[in-house]
Amino acid sequence: MSKLIRMDKTGHTTLAEWTTDDQVSVDAAVTAFREQLDQGYYAIVTHGEGHAEQVRELPLDAGTVILRRPIAGG
Amino acid sequence: MAEGAVLPETAGVYWRPRVDARRLQAVGRLWTATTVVHTVPWLVMSALLLYLEPLSFPLALILIAHAWIIPELYAKRGANVLRPVQRMDDGAERTALGLLGDLVGHEARALHAKTGLVIEGGGLGAWLVGEVGAVLFRPGGRRVHCYCVGVEDPELPSADRVAHLLLALREDEAGFATVANQAFSGAPWRLRRRLPARARPAVRTAVAVARVEP
Repeated sequence: MSKLIRMDKTGHTTLAEWTTDDQVSVDAAVTAFREQLDQGYYAIVTHGEGHAEQVRELPLDAGTVILRRPIAGG
Repeated sequence: MAEGAVLPETAGVYWRPRVDARRLQAVGRLWTATTVVHTVPWLVMSALLLYLEPLSFPLALILIAHAWIIPELYAKRGANVLRPVQRMDDGAERTALGLLGDLVGHEARALHAKTGLVIEGGGLGAWLVGEVGAVLFRPGGRRVHCYCVGVEDPELPSADRVAHLLLALREDEAGFATVANQAFSGAPWRLRRRLPARARPAVRTAVAVARVEP
């Protein structure tokens, strides 16, 4: 089961869970993913320690996709 | 770090040259020169005063204090990037800590539990990542670059703040350093003495990692 999670004030919120053989769950995840990107979140897939990649389409084979806010110099 | 990836936030600071090893070296030299300029003239003036008129020692002491305080203030500004911020409610902190724990290895997790900081190896050196900034320890462990950078959401739990920075760092290390505002560069000992006692072991660990990394 893959997960789309958003880092937020609750710690994190699971927005969607999907399996590739369940098209309804995939569609719901893709919709949630696009909504979050429209709200300004960036989607990240980690590839083990030290590696992460920003994605603009929901990677259906990823285990976890994390949504983060933009960072800025303080 | 993801190769070839560019942190999207760099578009917001398009006028800044992208950070690389050569630029870091140049910036480091500039910080050293600035420290010398802020120190040496005052020390020379105080020595000259004492030579010309020994009774002017109160003024000479003021000049010496000035030469000491300015570099200390810079180092304090660097240490501030690793300061902790206000904690959110315990439930959110625990949840965020679980996610952060999943992102890092055992040793980094243990260091975070002890110091509140996460260590991360990179192409430019070893990083200590905090809630409102990060410190880069250059290979050899003799110079740090302190960066003030964060996520603008005051309601985020502290571990989520760290996770935001960690993920951005992993996406694009040079881009991360480009987006961040540099607060200080200098020797690690100057930074360490200005940190809270809880955070100091993290500096020792990062220096050790930076010495080992090529």
